[in-house]
Formats: sequence, structure tokens, C-alpha cells
Amino acid sequence: MPKTIMTVDDSSSVRQMVRFTLTEEGYQVIEASNGQEALAKMGAGVDMVITDLNMPIMNGIELIREIRKRSDSCRFIPIIMLTTESQNEKKMEGKAAGATGWIVKPFRPDQLLSVVKKVLP
Amino acid sequence: MDRREEKYADAFREEATELLSDMEGVILSLEADPQDQELINRLFRIMHTIKGSGAMFGFQEVADFAHHLETMLDMVRAGKRPLTPELISLLLQSKDLIQVMLSSGESKPQEISEQKEAILTRLKNLDNYPTTNNSTTPSATCSINPPSPVKLDSPIKQQEREDAGDAPRPSSKQQQKALTTWRLRIRLNPKVMLSGLDPLCLLRELDSMGECVICAQTDQVPQLDDMNPEECYFYWDVIINTKAKKEELEAVFLFVEDESQISITQLADESGWEGEPKRLGEILVERGDVTKEQVQEVLAKQKKSGELMVEAGLVPQSKIDSALAEQKMIQQLRGSQQGAETIRVSTKKLDRLINLVGEMVITQAQLSQTANRYQDADLLTPVENIERLTNELRDCALNIRMFPIESTFSKFRRLVYDLSAALGKEAELITEGGETELDKTVIERIHDPLVHLIRNSLDHGLEPPEERLKAGKPACGTIRLSASQSGGEVIITIEDDGAGLNREKIRTKAIEQGLISESDNLTDSQIFNLIFLPGFSTASKVTDVSGRGVGMDVVKQEISKLRGSVNIESQPGKGTKTSIHLPLTLAIIEGLLVAVGSSHYVIPLTFVQECVELSSQEVERSHGRHIIHLRGEIIPYIRLREIFGISRGDEKMPAIEYVVVAMVEDKRIGLVTDSIIGDHQAVIKSLGKLYEHTEGISGATILGDGTIALIVDVRRLIECAYRQERESLVGVV
Repeated sequence: MPKTIMTVDDSSSVRQMVRFTLTEEGYQVIEASNGQEALAKMGAGVDMVITDLNMPIMNGIELIREIRKRSDSCRFIPIIMLTTESQNEKKMEGKAAGATGWIVKPFRPDQLLSVVKKVLP
Repeated sequence: MDRREEKYADAFREEATELLSDMEGVILSLEADPQDQELINRLFRIMHTIKGSGAMFGFQEVADFAHHLETMLDMVRAGKRPLTPELISLLLQSKDLIQVMLSSGESKPQEISEQKEAILTRLKNLDNYPTTNNSTTPSATCSINPPSPVKLDSPIKQQEREDAGDAPRPSSKQQQKALTTWRLRIRLNPKVMLSGLDPLCLLRELDSMGECVICAQTDQVPQLDDMNPEECYFYWDVIINTKAKKEELEAVFLFVEDESQISITQLADESGWEGEPKRLGEILVERGDVTKEQVQEVLAKQKKSGELMVEAGLVPQSKIDSALAEQKMIQQLRGSQQGAETIRVSTKKLDRLINLVGEMVITQAQLSQTANRYQDADLLTPVENIERLTNELRDCALNIRMFPIESTFSKFRRLVYDLSAALGKEAELITEGGETELDKTVIERIHDPLVHLIRNSLDHGLEPPEERLKAGKPACGTIRLSASQSGGEVIITIEDDGAGLNREKIRTKAIEQGLISESDNLTDSQIFNLIFLPGFSTASKVTDVSGRGVGMDVVKQEISKLRGSVNIESQPGKGTKTSIHLPLTLAIIEGLLVAVGSSHYVIPLTFVQECVELSSQEVERSHGRHIIHLRGEIIPYIRLREIFGISRGDEKMPAIEYVVVAMVEDKRIGLVTDSIIGDHQAVIKSLGKLYEHTEGISGATILGDGTIALIVDVRRLIECAYRQERESLVGVV
């Protein structure tokens, strides 16, 4: 069964790039434009989350905390955050919130794939 | 820029345009109420998105500019500076400028850069603008120094290089590095699962990097009552023999390194195995699991040291197992290295040895048959032993003739270098799996076909640098030559990232030459494989290197002579991949022995899929067409009796015949026989010059009772069967 990955980002072009890159590798992709929308779409079918940090309504850090608070299997899924170069403290904050790893923006499709393969069993 | 990147760029342009028009509205609202925190946040996010996404999709200039605005807005957001009317006007101007940058691209660089400088200078002159000291800008030089070409790509591109480690990618040169053995001890944060990381992922990633022994340590696992099932109590010892560098091993733990204890120690590399292999005690001491004194104490008792250490309660058995695994791997490596010491033996002697072993295998089969007839236990036991020994002897003897293909591969580097210079192309040869072993004769004979295929890739496959750049590929083309073993076969592939084969051109040419007809409906693969037919060449101009239309058919012939096959795949614009399948050895094969009338045949086991019965009723049902239905699939069959012209004489047609279903590449075919006898080790004897070109037979072998069986060339037979089936179809129509 193909694994399902959710991309959470308020930038539609980033979501599109993530979607294309992952669907080409055979993953299923769900999109959400902020943390709240992501939580609404969260469920047993989601195997991994790739989230931006800076988003309206609910940011990435809160999203990560919310996912790790859940009682279903989603609690243990890998979550990768997208950070920018000046956000080292964000990286730490995200790790503390329960993020599995990070990708630094800007990134190329192959970098995205290698991180996904690294954490998604 | 390839089409996909272009698409991403378009998507970004669209998104940015939307964001910018939103931005205008937000700024204007802010003008009315400069304190509205939500609006300021929105403004910041817009700049943040434009910066982040812009850098991702090739809008470096936009991203750099947006970065300055983002920094400024961050200050505003944090309340560190007021949103003055002047700043608002600057923001509006910036918005217009970004719009221009997005739409005009490179057309007015001068004007854009002047405007940009003007805005940046004014930003800088606003009091409180972040200076080098307190800013989060990685390269604050931008706002202070006069513009210079370096500036444009400074902050983010540099970061990209630094972060290359974030996404470890396989290095193309990896295969040229030496093997090194490492010892790792991995203690993860017990909470690791709650960060969404399955420790198995880490171990799998390590395992994919080389030969790996992983020992899980369980001594930290608490009693059931004290156990939190969401925590990880295991830790692991890993001994890995890999070509990866230390940094690459460390990269595996990138996401966990902060909270975990990972130790990576180099044990040895290929170049240095000095002194005795380490003793168990030494390894444990080195790891800090026990002290030297403790080891000496237990050694004094003179039992097996591992047992003693466990008994003494110094270390658990699992630690001993892990240390033993390390010892074993090092010993093996050392053994293999010592094995690399060689003596030269003339091939004649080797061939004689192989011949003798072959005779021995035959005699042994004879002996077994006779012994089975007498059913004497005293006789059967030694005969079984001889059978086992003969098999081992056979494997050993065959193994002597096996060589790594590396030596052949390394010659090609020079070939590619010389040829690419001659053709004015840039090409890099990457070889993989050079350690794959093949029979010496096969290696010698595969050399020329490989040369030919590599030349073709260079000459016809790879485009000239300018064309490659236009197509969005790197100027330097890549030819990947790799070998690997799969079952009883070795697969060699030659892959280039050139233009690919031109399907239509091949088809037209084949029709011109009468090889196929206009109405033939062929698959891509069938069409590509037409180039192996004699006299076929589509190259519009003949070069020094290739294109004379002799060659590909010779390549195929040579490979067929080695009982191998060749197949070509291609994707337009992406490249061409040629795969050669070769048998491991030419001397002895495993086969299925079948009988037709009084003759015996051996069908090589690598092709055999299954055996089914063919009743006379079924033959009638197919109305004279040679097909059987097997689980819904239609499979054509041929009768070995008919192909080899064995007359039935007075015999009646048997009520049930047996079909051996063979598969070559993706084609299946039934070979109809009278009876199936069983497994047979066939020592291949050549048929001699006279019968060299007999279709459908590749050799002969001698059976236990001294009779001769012919070895069936399944590949040729399948071609033959498909031809017959097609012709009979044409006949029906």
C-alpha cells in the first residue's frame, strides 16, 4: 500500500513541489495550508507529515505538539519541519515539540526524498 | 531549466502575484491602523513565503530582497521599531519592485538593481535598522557594502552548500573508495519514538551502506512493571564494513545526534591488517565494556573467555556475541585479503582440472546409479560421501576460474576518456559492482561487446555539451557500467543519460530494410531490440567510432555464444540502458533432464518455471494450434520431437505428454517432452565445429549410464516457436 504523506505549508508552490516530488515516487499526498487544516485532515491513514513552521491560524510548532498529544497511532509518525536558515532556535523548538527532523529551505526535490526515505520505514 | 522546474517557477509566480496583491491591501489597511498586530503578522508571513519559496524555485534575487524586508518586518512585529509612514511607502515601493522582478525576469536588470539599491539604502537609513551585530541576517554585508555581484547570491546559496549534509546523497565516486570497518555503539534517547523516529530506520539505513552485523543490547530493559512501552530501552552495537566515510555514517544520525550517544570508531581498512587479529578480551576492553584486569582475572581460569566473562557476570551474553561478531568479520576480511596473494597457473592446467572434475562428476553419477541398483547400505554411504565431495570439488574448481570483472571495467575508463575527447563530448564513466565474479573465459569474451556498447553510448547516446545544456542536463554526460549477480546469472548493464533511442527512426529504417512490415504492431521494447539485427544502423553519419551498421548484431552473436542474452531499454531524452545477462560459468550447469523417444535432453534450470501435463484432449481442443492454457494465460508450445525430427516409428502417441514451461525475459513457452526424468548436473561438452550452428542445441553432456544428452538452447527455441506461431497465424488468416 502506498504511504500517505501530508504536506502542510501556506505557500501553494511549495506544496505543489512537495506533491509532485512525492507522487512521482509513489507516495500519496494530502495538502493542508495551515496547522488547523492539517489537524482536521489528520487520521490513521497519514504516515508522515512535512510541515512549514511559519503559517497563519496555527503554526508548525503548535501542529507538532498537537500531533504528539494524540492518542491514536498518529502520535508516533515522523514529522519533518521546513525551516529557513535563520531559524536555528526554531529548529530546537521544533525538536523539543516532537519533530523527527528538518529540511532547510531552499531544498531540492532529491533532498526532500532522501529525508523522507530516511525516516519513513 | 527543465520543464518541471519551469512549471514550479510558474506556480511560484502565480502565488507570489497573489501574495503581492494581498500585501498591497494589507499595507493600505495598516496605514489606517499601524498598530494592528494581525495585519503586521500577515505582512511578515507574506515576505517570509516570498523569500522561502522564491529561493526554492530559482528566484534568488527576489528571495534576497525579500529577506531584507522580512528582517525589517520581524523588527516591527517584535515592536522594536514603529511602522512609520516612510516605511509604509518603502514597503509599497518594494512590493511594486518585486512584481517587476517576477514578471520581467532578466530583461531590465540595470533598472531593477538601481531601484533595489535605492530602496535598500533608504531602509538602511531608517534608524534602528538592524546592523551586523544584532541581526539574524547571515550575511549582513548586503545592507552596508555597495552592491557587488557576489552579494546577490550570498546569503542563501551559501547556506545551501552548508546544508548539503542535511540530505545525504549517494556520492557518485563512492565505489572508488576503500572498504573500512567501523564499530558503532548507538544509545538513543529513550524518548526517541515520541519524536516519530523508528530506530529500525537508522539500522536499515546503516545496513544499506555495507556489510553489517547488528547486535541489540537488552541489558537496560527494565522489569515489566517498570517498563514504559513507549520508550526505547535497547541499544545497539554495529560492526559495519563499508565504503562510506565517517561523515556519511554520522549523517545517518543527523536527526538524533543531539539527544543520543553515538560512538563511531574505525577498526581497520583494507590497507592495514597488521598484527594478529584482536582477541575477544582486547575488543571488549577497547570498547570499555570490561577492564584489562578483569579480563586477565578470568583468563587465569583458562576456560573459553567469552563463557567465563558471562559466568562472572561482567558482561551479558549479548555483549559477547557482539564482540565475537566483530572478531569474525575482521578475520574474514583478513582471510579474503590473504587470499588475494596469488600464484600464476597456466590456463591449460586449469582447463585440464575442470575437464577432470567434469569427468569425475559424470563418473560419480554413474556410480550413484549403480549403487542405487544394489541398495547395499555399506556401498551407499561412501557413494553419498563421494557425491558430496564431488560437488564441493566441482564448486571449488569452477571458483578458481572466477575473476572479478573489475580488471575489464578499469580498461574502459581510458576508453571513455580518449573517445570523448575525440568526439568532442564530455563524459564520465561510473563503474559499479566491479567485484562481481565471472568465469575467466566469459570475462575475456565479453570485453569486445562491452567496448562496442560503450562506444555506441558515447557516440550516439550522449549529446554534445551544448545540446545537453539546452535540454537542461549537465554538460558532462554519465555512462554507468555496473555488474551484479542474480541467481545463476550475472547481469551487466550499460546506462547512459543521453538522448535515448529514436523509436520512429528505428521503425522506419526497419521497414525500409524489410525487417518488419508496416502493419506490424510492435512494442517499444521489440522495436528497440531491432537494432541487434544484422546490417541495422540508423546513424545518419558514419563516424570513426561507430555507425557502420556492423556491430550490434555481432554484439548479440557474441553474447549468445556465451549462452547469454542482451536487451535494450530507452526513454527519449533520458537515456538508454542495455542489459546483458550471462551465465556464471560455461563448464557445468544445473539442468532438467527430459526424454523424447530414446533421446535425452537437458533444459538449463535457470529457464525452467514449472512442468505441466498435456493431455490429448487438450491438444484437440486447441484446433491444431500449438497452445496451452495455463491459469488463464495462453502459452505456445513446441514439440521437441518435431523440432529435432525424431520419428515416432511404431510407437503410439502417448495419452499424456509433459510440458516444461520455460521463460526467457518475459516470454513463456512450453517444451513438450515424453517424460521428465529429473535434476541433472550437466558437464557441458562442446559439439565441435561441425555442429556449431545447429539451431536449438548449445552443447552436449554425458549421463551417468554413459549415454549422451543434448543441452537445449532455450532462447533460440523460443525465438523459433514465436516465429512458427506467427507464420501459422498468417496462414490461418
